Amino acid sequence: MKELFRLNVNGEDTDVAFEPYKTLLEVLREDLDLTGTKHGCELGECGACTVLLDGRPVMSCLYLAVEAQNKRIETVEGLADRGVPSALQTAFARTGGAQCGYCTPGVLMSATALLRENTHPSRDEIKEALAGNLCRCTGYIKIFDAVELAAVEITGPES
Amino acid sequence: MSSEKGTPLQSETSTFHAPSEPLAAHSSERTTQNFSVIGKRNLKYDWHAKLTGAAKYTDDLRLPRMIYGRLLRSPHPHARILRIDVSRARAMSGVFAVLTGKDLPIRYGILPSSQDETAMALEKVRYVGEAVAAVAAVDEWTAEEACNAIEVVYEPLQPVMSIDEALDPDSEKIHDWTKHANIQKNVLLEFGDLDEGFAEADRVFEDEYFFEGNTHVPMENHAALANWEPTGKVTVWSSTQTPHYLHRELARVLDLPPSRIRVIAPPVGGGFGGKSEAFSHELVAPVLSRLSGRPVLISLSREEVFYCHRGRHPVRMWIRTGVKSDGTITALDFKSTLDGGAYGSYGIATTYYTGALNTLPYRVPRYRFEGRRVFTNKPPCGPKRGHGTVQPRFAIEAHLDRIAGELGHDPAEMRKGMLVSPFSWTVNHLRVTSCGLPEAIDAVLERSGWREKHGHLPQGKGIGLACSVYLSGAGLPIYWNPMPHSGAQIKIDRGGGVTVYCGTSDIGQDSDSMLAYVVAEELGVDIGDIHLVTGDTSLAPVDLGSYSSRVTFMAGNAARQAASKLRAQLFQVAAARLDVPEARLGAAGGMIYDLEDTERQIPFAQAAQLAEAEFGTLGETGSYTPPKLAGPYKGSGVGPSPAYSFTCAVAEVDVDLETGILSIQKIWVAHDLGRALNPVVCEGQIEGGVYMGWAEAVIEEQVFRKGLHKQPSLLEYKIPTSLDMPDVDTTIIESIDPEGPFGAKEVGQGPLAPVIPAIANAVYDATGIRIDSTPIMADKVLRAIEMRRKQHAAAV
Amino acid sequence: MLRLNRFSYVAPGDLDGALALMEKHGQDAMLMAGGTDLLVNIKQRLATPALVVGIRELPELQGYSLDRGWLTLGASTRLCDIEHDPRIRMMYPALSDAAGLISAPQVRTVATLGGNICLDTRCNYYNQSQEWRRAIGFCMKKDSPICRVAPGGDRCWAVASADTVPVLISLRAETTVVGPSGIRRVPVESLYQDDGLVPLTLRFGEIVSSVHIPPPDTWTTEYAKFRLRQSFDFPLVGIAASVRRDPDGNIADARVVMTAVASYPERASGAESVLRGKPLSEESITTAGHAVFRQAKPMDNTAGSIFHRKRMARVLVERSLRHIAGLPERDARTA
Ligand SMILES: Cc1cc2nc3c(=O)[nH]c(=O)nc-3n(C[C@H](O)[C@H](O)[C@H](O)COP(=O)(O)OP(=O)(O)OC[C@H]3O[C@@H](n4cnc5c(N)ncnc54)[C@H](O)[C@@H]3O)c2cc1C
Ligand code: SF4
Ligand code: FES
Ligand code: FES
Repeated sequence: MKELFRLNVNGEDTDVAFEPYKTLLEVLREDLDLTGTKHGCELGECGACTVLLDGRPVMSCLYLAVEAQNKRIETVEGLADRGVPSALQTAFARTGGAQCGYCTPGVLMSATALLRENTHPSRDEIKEALAGNLCRCTGYIKIFDAVELAAVEITGPES
Repeated sequence: MSSEKGTPLQSETSTFHAPSEPLAAHSSERTTQNFSVIGKRNLKYDWHAKLTGAAKYTDDLRLPRMIYGRLLRSPHPHARILRIDVSRARAMSGVFAVLTGKDLPIRYGILPSSQDETAMALEKVRYVGEAVAAVAAVDEWTAEEACNAIEVVYEPLQPVMSIDEALDPDSEKIHDWTKHANIQKNVLLEFGDLDEGFAEADRVFEDEYFFEGNTHVPMENHAALANWEPTGKVTVWSSTQTPHYLHRELARVLDLPPSRIRVIAPPVGGGFGGKSEAFSHELVAPVLSRLSGRPVLISLSREEVFYCHRGRHPVRMWIRTGVKSDGTITALDFKSTLDGGAYGSYGIATTYYTGALNTLPYRVPRYRFEGRRVFTNKPPCGPKRGHGTVQPRFAIEAHLDRIAGELGHDPAEMRKGMLVSPFSWTVNHLRVTSCGLPEAIDAVLERSGWREKHGHLPQGKGIGLACSVYLSGAGLPIYWNPMPHSGAQIKIDRGGGVTVYCGTSDIGQDSDSMLAYVVAEELGVDIGDIHLVTGDTSLAPVDLGSYSSRVTFMAGNAARQAASKLRAQLFQVAAARLDVPEARLGAAGGMIYDLEDTERQIPFAQAAQLAEAEFGTLGETGSYTPPKLAGPYKGSGVGPSPAYSFTCAVAEVDVDLETGILSIQKIWVAHDLGRALNPVVCEGQIEGGVYMGWAEAVIEEQVFRKGLHKQPSLLEYKIPTSLDMPDVDTTIIESIDPEGPFGAKEVGQGPLAPVIPAIANAVYDATGIRIDSTPIMADKVLRAIEMRRKQHAAAV
Repeated sequence: MLRLNRFSYVAPGDLDGALALMEKHGQDAMLMAGGTDLLVNIKQRLATPALVVGIRELPELQGYSLDRGWLTLGASTRLCDIEHDPRIRMMYPALSDAAGLISAPQVRTVATLGGNICLDTRCNYYNQSQEWRRAIGFCMKKDSPICRVAPGGDRCWAVASADTVPVLISLRAETTVVGPSGIRRVPVESLYQDDGLVPLTLRFGEIVSSVHIPPPDTWTTEYAKFRLRQSFDFPLVGIAASVRRDPDGNIADARVVMTAVASYPERASGAESVLRGKPLSEESITTAGHAVFRQAKPMDNTAGSIFHRKRMARVLVERSLRHIAGLPERDARTA
């Protein structure tokens, strides 16, 4: 049976009814119509479903939505500010970090969490932070370039 | 593994001699031309949608009252279906419809010559994962329970799981029509007198190779949404690379006039060849929708995608080459046996592709090719990036490396001395136009420090090189017809907006961006003024699909043709208004202007209004049909292309001699793509191709155990992570093809192939060991190292 | 989309509440901490609980404390904290390394230490979808009497695959286990038995509430993991090696633990006895490597080959010990 829960998604409190056995991925996509979060395996093996919970990246396919109450949930839909893309999104556009774009929402969420903690990540730190996001199109290189470019855009070149 | 050599084949034989007339090198494009869009590092057309989560892929679509479909799949690799009882499933609450193979019995197949599949199995199942029944239910939980409630009684048959088993005359027949064992097809092509060629040779070399199968693994799983309207029209949204072919197959299997069917390809989350033909879920969803009166979504699980497969064929190869002492080839004899899996798919084309491009990029005066494809009880193999050419390229380039070593030549210099000339014909009647391979080889030699490194690195470290070639679109369509391969329509509105209609399917290769760039350049408008309607069989003219690297060349030319017709109309009215001869006009940045006095200009939108007043509604079409290139022999349809891309790759590796683990230090690649319409996109395609080639070379393999796919998951089928990816150094070579749109050729597939033999050759340089099969896994390398150590010990 | 089975969910407010729920619902209920193992198993229908009892937020399972040199970590400590917390990394770098080598970053933010300790054994005939297992005819670990790896035998060979466990054992760590019949203190090593079907010695409904690690003193520990990719993958072999040297440089004690080569985390006893009393030298290390090679008997039920995994076990132990000894990396080119 569905029950009513309150979730905080991208800064908004939303009341939404769902079954206790639904994952956060399913609730976002099916009950909140936030289909920006993708899925490629539903078993924690690809990272396409990555969202942020209290600022940390998690696989939303392996997280019960009931357990996401009282936490800040951030999805790709929340990255742009009133339609204005974040520096990271812009950097991805400029370096060609998204090809088919299917891994992209998850990659953006992992990279967003990284850049909040580490304003000047090295390439190795970027690779570590994205080690849970499989991409089949890019060979990752333009993704790394995008994160590096975004770091510079956000805080200027490292002095 | 039995030898390929000397196996007699019954097949069609053709002997053919290459045309002798020379081709003129003529270029319609000036290299120095000033472009406003082409060649610039523009943003991709759909960047915003793809970076904000707004892009709607098939599984993101929601229709009111939509329900969910699911397929019940075979648990047996090979079995007769004795009985299917769906009554319990049908009676369950929440279940709307249940179907079995008998409900959709019409055979289909992507090639007219292999119509051997049905939407769901009829009398037999031929691989674990083949669809047997389908249900539509209110949600996916109920659909799963309904599938569990279907009872199927099977009579298991002996499964055929390898090439050797398939060739065994005593093996169980998978298809009852095969004449000899489980051989689907034999082909034999012979060009020139091979005996003469081998007699002329200073040395003759012979090798065997095996290329293991692997699969595409697009990050988006396949999905289809179907809506059967009460009026009898049906719309299918599907994650497909080939909406036009799906349209045809749907008409056939549903037995409906094509005019009632509309196929829409939303953004596709990666394809790599794996979404290029009709699959069970796409054929079944519309029928479930008709029966239930609801839109039906079938979204496959990752495991099911492994069962859809149509990926790289495992291929066993034998090669014999006669060479002069400088390495130039006097005769080439090549045999391949493909493990095709359970059905035909594109397999006959794949079989020919394992032979077709072997006469490039080196001069081969005499050539013989024998290919055969066998059926096995595994998911069908088909086209994966580089379709059928990747396996023989591994063999040939590893073989040439050995030849160079034994003849005492530098492998790069030897290759450079035997390249085909631009604007020439090969012995098997392939027409070569532009070719930038010499420049590509020089670029990677220079950038990798090849000359200092090859043969000079310490034990355990090595460097290897290989070249390759690929098509810019197949010269012939999948089904024979004289119509264009690609069509585009363009409409200009009074506000200066330009809408392009084209049936292409954007799978991440940026075909949408390509259309926008070509049209924006031709009409001199901003990319932001372009609107695209693509991947829709009702709204846009046919494009055959995103396969064989054909879209830029073919749809690009079609769109450019339509745009140039409109440009002529606009220039006519602009010339009159500006009082300048038409020939002196240019268009860029939303203005049409006098090339000699750029202040004399008229805004594009104003010109559009003048033109509409003059000519009526502004709309034009363009089409592209490749030149007729096929040679006069059976099987000549595979191989010809209006232009070829060329690649050279160098890989540097470090082999840990204690563990066998390879680390790839760096891969240098240079690719001749004609012209880079957008260098960012082209680099991305090259890097992605290098990634996929490297993964096939060292880690990916699709293996079966006890009749089952051993690892149908993203955890156990190993696709590389960000931490595994080696460094790549990319060089774009522009040869400006005379027939390509603005000189462009292909970039999506070619760069994959040379990476694999380059790594194999680097392993040899590092260890002195030749690994003759893929993937070159640590385990295999370590076994070879231990074996050699034992041999050395025994010799002492 | 792969779905969870329909279950109810309760997150009790304290440990007693959790124990009571388990007692009341018996085998229908399952404990869930981070869920990164359990939810996968449910999606593959390896488990179909009617009730999931969420224990990650239980107050008794939280915390970090130091008492007379012993570090106590709550079972709910997340792997990412073990990986990054400078206090843990300083005292037990090998434990931080092992935690950081588990799965992917987005799993480590959720997965717990307790869940890693209680991770089910794995097998590539078992960790598959229900449909796949039906096709192979299921196996002894669930729904069939036959083991697909060793069909003649009467046991399950599923593989102990946790990365932190060998390190915890080499560090001589202990746990507090709370159950219906009270609280007990159990060495980590004693939590396991050589049985792929029932790998844990915990009694039904018992909960691991915390982990206690003795002071590092003069022990030096290393963890090395072999897998095919640098992320996501479970170990195909993992070796934790701990050595305590006496003042004259001889090895006073050694603890070498292997993961992913048996159904339980296996002490490499041969290697340990070879090392004891000897200096950590080329010679003793090579001998220890041979002992590990002889003892490690992986089965063919993970990725990679038996041939390679056995050799990797030797190389990993040798390299770890060399690192501890401060010996240069052996020049692999002459190997
Ligand atoms: C793609 C992927 C890759 C992975 N790779 C690795 C890897 O490389 N190495 C590795 O070690 N693990 C790996 N894991 C497994 C898993 O993520 C970790 O083992 C993790 O630490 C489990 O912790 P959890 O809190 O999520 O456990 P849960 O899933 O919550 O629990 C696991 C089991 O332990 C029981 N349990 C949990 N906590 C307690 C407790 N306190 N007392 C008693 N019983 C308890 C549960 O009932 C359940 O049966 C991987 C998982 C995935 C999805
Ligand atoms: S070892 Fe045997 S019984 Fe155990 S999980 Fe694997 S196949 Fe099943
Ligand atoms: S869908 Fe969650 S990790 Fe793949
Ligand atoms: S862009 Fe296609 S999967 Fe990453």
